[in-house]
Amino acid sequence: MPKLRFPKTLQPLAESLRDLIPIVLVVSIFQLLVIRQPLPHLLDLLLGLLFVVIGLSLFVKGLEMGLFPIGQSMAHAFARKGSLLWLLLFAFALGFGTTIAEPALIAIAEEASKIAATGNLIHPSKASMQSYALGLRYTVALSVGLAIVLGVIRIVRGWPIHWLIVGGYMVIILITEFAPVEIIGIAYDSGGVTTSTITVPLVTALGVGLASSIQGRNPMIDGFGLIAFASLTPIMFVMIYGMVVH
Amino acid sequence: MNVLQGLLHTGLSTILDVLPIALIIFGFQFLYLKRPIPNLKRVLTGFVYVLIGLAFFLEGLELALFPLGKTMAAQLTNPGFLGISNPAHIHWSDYYWVYAFAFAVGFSTTVAEPALLAVAIKANEVSGGAIGIWGLRTAVALGVALGLVLGTWRIVTGYPLHWFIIGGYLVVVIQTIFAPRMIIALAYDSGGVTTSTVTVPLVAALGLGLAHNIPGRSALIDGFGLIAFASLFPMITVLAHAQIAQWRANRTTPSLPQEN
Repeated sequence: MPKLRFPKTLQPLAESLRDLIPIVLVVSIFQLLVIRQPLPHLLDLLLGLLFVVIGLSLFVKGLEMGLFPIGQSMAHAFARKGSLLWLLLFAFALGFGTTIAEPALIAIAEEASKIAATGNLIHPSKASMQSYALGLRYTVALSVGLAIVLGVIRIVRGWPIHWLIVGGYMVIILITEFAPVEIIGIAYDSGGVTTSTITVPLVTALGVGLASSIQGRNPMIDGFGLIAFASLTPIMFVMIYGMVVH
Repeated sequence: MNVLQGLLHTGLSTILDVLPIALIIFGFQFLYLKRPIPNLKRVLTGFVYVLIGLAFFLEGLELALFPLGKTMAAQLTNPGFLGISNPAHIHWSDYYWVYAFAFAVGFSTTVAEPALLAVAIKANEVSGGAIGIWGLRTAVALGVALGLVLGTWRIVTGYPLHWFIIGGYLVVVIQTIFAPRMIIALAYDSGGVTTSTVTVPLVAALGLGLAHNIPGRSALIDGFGLIAFASLFPMITVLAHAQIAQWRANRTTPSLPQEN
């Protein structure tokens, strides 16, 4: 494929534009050939796409200027100070703090409480629905906090990741047998929604930074994996939450 | 005018989302680490870029993609559109447009997912270029696409969710034994990063639309669960991608005699 050359300042824009081509193709093909309706609000659509391109370009630029360096420099600073306790405290705060306010999680928790109320799993009053949703959010946030703590201990100690993850799956399979059917889908989904667009770069930079500043750790083998823990423990904890509440 | 208001509103809520993160970072930085942040000005500018970027990104999605995607998901799952006269007697193959849409949406939205891009950039940097940004993103996008096809097929057929998830886990475990060690942690991570800003709203609309239109499906049991598929299958495709790359490398390098 011939490489198109863009002026350096425009290159991020060109890359974001390229990232969006598949979406534009999918939407137009389905809309025009399958559903066979003209695209509504064409002006809004074009403006929206322009926004997405600008947004994605700025995000990537900010990632490399702000989020990655601060994650990395904090990881180095914690490693130099050498106190595991403070590092773990930071890890927990980061996991818990970023998850409790996560909009996707708030949306899913509300949805889940509505569905649980209509399914007569909880009392269909507003108060009990709210406490159900809030309980779900705290459960997930707690589990993400613990996941980052566990992941950081793994990086520090150099444990192989597959034993922990495979072990985690085994526990999930075991709990699935006992959990109420209604909670299983929500539990499995909650693993995917916890890690937001800002958390992921930060946590990744933290893990890679830790692995590269601790002797004997390989950033590629040991540095990744924090997000894997953060997507695994919520499944476990939400199922246990379902067993306790239902 | 409306657009500007929307942008401002999204910007404010993005700031609120980032606030706890900023508090934790700067709290630990000043109270415990007590070291000046190197290039503080540059880092802060970067944060501002991320905020403005996300605000534009989310508002653009709200303007362009989400309404259209949700309407399309609703239309495509509508029995009338699919030419199903009696919804009590459906065959899974009647829903071919849904599978095609699930694949296309899964692939195209994952390619544009900012969190995945961040991980891909980092992996490329850490691996010294051995892991290509584009290669990783394609592998993950393919995984999400396949996962959603299987996930929608499961909603149509009504098989229990946990069979598929447990089966998928077993595949991941077996692949882990044979995959190059370097890729394992990254592959596990790629499951979690796929489903955030772009994919989740569209996928949720598709799942709930399907569960709503097929008799005997409950939104509670069947509507959820698509995201689980979308976070499981990328692990399989990323591991497979690395395995294929390794196999190719072994084949092209002049190999030792086979006898030993």
